[in-house]
Amino acid sequence: MNQVLMIFSLKRLVNPMNKFWIVFFHTFISKIKTKSFIITTALFLAFIILMANIQSIISLFDQDEMDRVGVVSNQSEIVTLLDERLGGTDIEITDYNGSLEEAKEAVTQEEMVGVLEINQTDDQLPKASYHAVDYTNQRVETRLQNELEQIKVEMATNQAGIDPEVIASIYEPLIFETEIIADGEGNSSVKTEEELNIARGLVYVILFLLYFAVISYGNMIAMDIANEKTSRVMEILISSSSPVSQMFAKILGIGCVGLLQMGFFLITGYIMIMQKQEELVGGFFDAFGFSNVNLATFNYAIIFFLLGYFLYATLAAMLGSLVSRTEDVQQMLMPNILLIVAAFMIAMFGLGMPNSPLVTISSFIPFFSPMTMFLRASMLDIAFWEIGLSIFILIATIILFALIGARVYRGGVLMYGKSSSLKDFKKALQLSKKE
Amino acid sequence: MSLILDRVMKKFGSFTAVEDLSLEIPENHIFGFLGANGAGKTTTFRMILNLLDQTSGTITWNGERIDYQKSDEIGYLPEERGLYPKLKVQDQLTYLGKLKGMSKKDALHELKHWLDKLKVPQYLDKKIEELSKGNQQKIQFISAVIHKPKLLILDEPFSGLDPVNVELLKKAVLDLKEAGTSIVFASHRMEHVEELCEHLCMMQHGKPVLHGNLREIKRSFGKKNLVIQADFDLSFLEDHPGVLKTKRFADGVECQIERKETSQDILQQIQGMGFVRKFELDEPSLNDIFIEKAGESYE
Repeated sequence: MNQVLMIFSLKRLVNPMNKFWIVFFHTFISKIKTKSFIITTALFLAFIILMANIQSIISLFDQDEMDRVGVVSNQSEIVTLLDERLGGTDIEITDYNGSLEEAKEAVTQEEMVGVLEINQTDDQLPKASYHAVDYTNQRVETRLQNELEQIKVEMATNQAGIDPEVIASIYEPLIFETEIIADGEGNSSVKTEEELNIARGLVYVILFLLYFAVISYGNMIAMDIANEKTSRVMEILISSSSPVSQMFAKILGIGCVGLLQMGFFLITGYIMIMQKQEELVGGFFDAFGFSNVNLATFNYAIIFFLLGYFLYATLAAMLGSLVSRTEDVQQMLMPNILLIVAAFMIAMFGLGMPNSPLVTISSFIPFFSPMTMFLRASMLDIAFWEIGLSIFILIATIILFALIGARVYRGGVLMYGKSSSLKDFKKALQLSKKE
Repeated sequence: MSLILDRVMKKFGSFTAVEDLSLEIPENHIFGFLGANGAGKTTTFRMILNLLDQTSGTITWNGERIDYQKSDEIGYLPEERGLYPKLKVQDQLTYLGKLKGMSKKDALHELKHWLDKLKVPQYLDKKIEELSKGNQQKIQFISAVIHKPKLLILDEPFSGLDPVNVELLKKAVLDLKEAGTSIVFASHRMEHVEELCEHLCMMQHGKPVLHGNLREIKRSFGKKNLVIQADFDLSFLEDHPGVLKTKRFADGVECQIERKETSQDILQQIQGMGFVRKFELDEPSLNDIFIEKAGESYE
């Protein structure tokens, strides 16, 4: 008898969970099958591959394309010096035998990109004018100007009889080093410059990913709910399984869609980095230092990313349940977007000044903390209780919003008509309770 | 197996949507649920389905409160129709069937059975948005019955259908009733209600104004309909005592009389006035009763 009762109550327990997974898989599968998902993912992957290969792509188009510049000058000494200095660059100068007018004509015929006229001033120093058909090729212009400038300095110092070594020592950069003062026990409370760079790189990436996730997946959730309301299928759905379980199944389902998409990006990115490792040394990736990120930072990245997603997704689901037309979704999501933009701004500012009080305070405020606390945790050495407290506040807020969101959702999905105000929020809450 | 509503009340803030509604819907019955627009029908359905909580009173199905454990036993065809426009009939209904606790295989099997029964087997692989409104309606109907519900709520099931399809669906509804389903049937089309339901309830501003057996309701309404077709002028009937309303037609009049005895007065009076082709005393139609009951509040 007891056993029968137990099986019975078990079945009761299992049943709604079952429906949760049905909604979850339906959301997940129907989302990854949509054209927009496939296209966005493909575009992003193409973009990542393109960016990783940007060097080779540029050189592909630039193959032995020398910018030829004609020189009209009687200062053969200067011309030789300039020619020497330009060796190894993609600018090639040739002595033009003819008048300036003829040279200009040759430029308009596109035989050369420009013509440089070099004369001498009264002080026996070079003076030049550059003639081109437009201003678009500023690179050549700037390069020529820089090289001539140096030739001029050299010549002027020679004339003044100054030892070139003196000049060299004047131009030598200042020796400037930053050293951190260690505390009594010899421990430094600050991360090294290198560590900080590594952290900064990862923070940068996570901030972008979270920003992207909140904007696009939040939108997806709200859109999905609004769609079900617009097509009026919602009424059938909520008569089959509880709206609250549907809401969470959606949040989780689209969350997994997001993880899948981000996973694609990260894996492709990783493969690209691995392949291009030699090429990229000293470049962009070195500055961001992905090579040796410590494990704690990775863990924080995952924790704060997930918590951040759930917080914003719950808000998006709640707001999405209030609209009845998909056209109103964007407007309704404004608070969500404003919050994430504000968080992003603070975090961007914090990248340069992680110690600022603004960052510290905001790292305990739920909608900002996924970004700012992660930033602090990975860039500064802060006490563990601070991180713990922030995570605790974040989880508490998610639970609070989930509870409110569930009630708003339950009433909101039954509301139709023009809706985009706070009044509807109250109305939805009222609908979902007795009274 | 019966659905019992006991003194159910629902308030939205200060507005009372449903007041003091008590019903019993027995097994094997089609229960007519009537009411003008905004009378509280949808709110009542939502309370039965546990989408809204009633402010007071109880709703029980087989003596137990209805919650999401029971939703598999209930089918609902809402008045505002809607399915996923981009999904194929097949995917759509297996999803909805699964949400009602069916396996994918069973759902597909039932779906094919119903598509055949409603004579649209070719739509299995079509997207909803490609179907005509009437055919979408059929699919929607299937979504409400695919899981063999024990309690079925149909809100205007025949709107937008042509007469042939109305008959088709009507037959399906009657078959379901025979199979033991309790059906709540809401419609504005009184002739459908008259045809299908033995018991009914009429709501007016959230309150039940009529409740009971269809025949008894008609009898207790008291007023009768009198149809006369004759070759002479019948306009004097408008002022005849006991005549409440007259409606003139090209070939005669239809009037509502207070008591059946009045008809005999009129019969005597028109004798000898000319040729009478038709003289018929009839029960009032549900339509008349509805207009009278629903109209009262507008006057």
